[in-house]
Amino acid sequence: MPETSTSKPPENMDTFLKGIWKENPVFVQLLGMCPVLAVTNSVINALVMGLATTFVLLMSNTLVSLLRKLIPKQVRIATYILIIATFVTVADYTIQAVSIEVHKALGAFISLIVVNCIILGRAEAFASKNTLGRSVLDALGMGGGFTIAVLCLGVVREVLGNGTFAGIPVFGESFEPWIVMILPGGAFFVLGGWLLLFSWLKQRKKQTELAA
Amino acid sequence: MTDAETTKPVPPAFPEEAPEAGSGKMISAMGAIGLIAGILIVFTYQVTFPFIQDNKARLLEKAIFEVVPGAATKRVFTVDAAGKVTEVAEADPKQLTLYACYKSGGGLAGVALEASGQGFQDVIRVIYGYDPQKEAVVGMKVLQSTETPGLGDKIEKDPQFLDNFEALDVKLNPDGDVLVNPLEMVKSGQKTDPWQISAITGATISSRAITAMLRESTAKNIPLIVQRLPELQKGD
Amino acid sequence: MVSESHMFIFLNACLINNFVLSSFLGICPFLGVSGKIDTAARMGGAVSFVMFVASLCAYGIHNALVAINAPYLQLISYIVVIASTVQLVEMIIKKFSPALFRALGIFLPLITTNCAILGLALFQTNRQYDLFQSMAFALGAGAGFTLALVIMAGIREELQLSDVPEVIKGAALTLIVAGVLSLAFMGFAGLGGH
Repeated sequence: MPETSTSKPPENMDTFLKGIWKENPVFVQLLGMCPVLAVTNSVINALVMGLATTFVLLMSNTLVSLLRKLIPKQVRIATYILIIATFVTVADYTIQAVSIEVHKALGAFISLIVVNCIILGRAEAFASKNTLGRSVLDALGMGGGFTIAVLCLGVVREVLGNGTFAGIPVFGESFEPWIVMILPGGAFFVLGGWLLLFSWLKQRKKQTELAA
Repeated sequence: MTDAETTKPVPPAFPEEAPEAGSGKMISAMGAIGLIAGILIVFTYQVTFPFIQDNKARLLEKAIFEVVPGAATKRVFTVDAAGKVTEVAEADPKQLTLYACYKSGGGLAGVALEASGQGFQDVIRVIYGYDPQKEAVVGMKVLQSTETPGLGDKIEKDPQFLDNFEALDVKLNPDGDVLVNPLEMVKSGQKTDPWQISAITGATISSRAITAMLRESTAKNIPLIVQRLPELQKGD
Repeated sequence: MVSESHMFIFLNACLINNFVLSSFLGICPFLGVSGKIDTAARMGGAVSFVMFVASLCAYGIHNALVAINAPYLQLISYIVVIASTVQLVEMIIKKFSPALFRALGIFLPLITTNCAILGLALFQTNRQYDLFQSMAFALGAGAGFTLALVIMAGIREELQLSDVPEVIKGAALTLIVAGVLSLAFMGFAGLGGH
């Protein structure tokens, strides 16, 4: 990541877009891997996980940015963890109230958003030094990038592993699902496959640039 | 490559702040944040609590009515170690819980109860319904399992396997303390007697786990239910 | 709940549902610190130790919260207590065993935000383990974590000598190897059951 200067972000649109693509938290920074691998066995689970993480990221970035001048430096990490844990608890109860089935499927991984390094990382590296507007955009961008990444895995794993997309069958009767995709091993394979694709694209781009 | 931004020398984050904040300031900042956190959490908990209770009750009721056909209303009873039956508002995980189900016109439709045991990968929890008139298990539903997708998880949805539990004989002997025929598992398609469970091909261990937990649970609890039937029937 | 035997809980957390390869807890150190067998083993030791301590703390907190009927404080108190415990453990080790501190020291701060620790605390609460079951669970999880990390480090040490295409080097290769390992660990399913 050569072009990371979080302390002085350029225009606001770039603040948003960098999280989606150039600094994608999962595919580029390799952060927050546990939920990416654990709950992406179906599209719905992946989507809920992505949205919950984005919510926590947005709220914690907002609060950290608002309070950035009031929090003494020595206790900042403890404060951030406190703030994050609060919003994760809020998200946890909200999901239970909306759909207890989804909550059961995600299990303890909702609570584990607390230790998702993306959130603490953004609070420390971005929200504690930037204005509210920028922090919100940054949270939306990073959250969006995370959601896209989990969906990338969720779609591949559910379509191949179960022959369905969000519960709707996409193949005919004769389709024999690739069970391995739903199994834990499949999560590693699919994520590895995506990273391979990106590094191949990057390499090809470099080669065409050299040739030109 | 992962934490290039955190390792990079960053400009001082709090230029307007004295280099050493006093401990009083630290404590008051932590206290204020803690207060906000506490208020937010308690507020959310209060708002969502009724919805969550509702959802949980609905989920449980759905499972119970699925395993006891014809049920319209239910009451919850717990049985303590001495075999005393008491009606409760909510199930106590430490005691045996019986869900007595009644038909819409009154009369006991059946009793649902939970069983659990070791599966192929982790613990499996099921709920099953017992009909005292038919003297049979009339339905079974898996509540929780982590069996291998595509193989072991057939215990949840394989229609032929679930057919086993629509009329599974658990008659008691004349003394009413032992099952005449304990449940047993046979190979797929070799079921000849109503107390046999025919296994799923390719998921023998998961099928055996279900059989074992039901055999144990029925042998222990069915005599007790039959004995306490008058109490479960009352007040419908 | 079923009263599972301690041996089974240990085997379950260590092999059958390995914390890293099947429950996906502690993936960050798994990918980050699995370059050398030596470092991996020490990281594993540090995590196992903290897991054991955190498990005991979580058991205590859970009972305290049940007693005052405040389940909504569970997550927030777990994370705060785990973070403080790690700090405390670090200070104690530094004071009483400088040798151990040199071996584990640099890893301890990293462990606070390791999801394996919080995951362990949450799982044992969800499964309603009693004190000894929790201890068996923590030991199994620690052993499983160390095992996965050391195996992975062994493979990666060999991989450095082999000639792989430029494009697959790095995280992609590590993940695919982890996938194969995860499939291999599935062979442990059924162990300790029937």
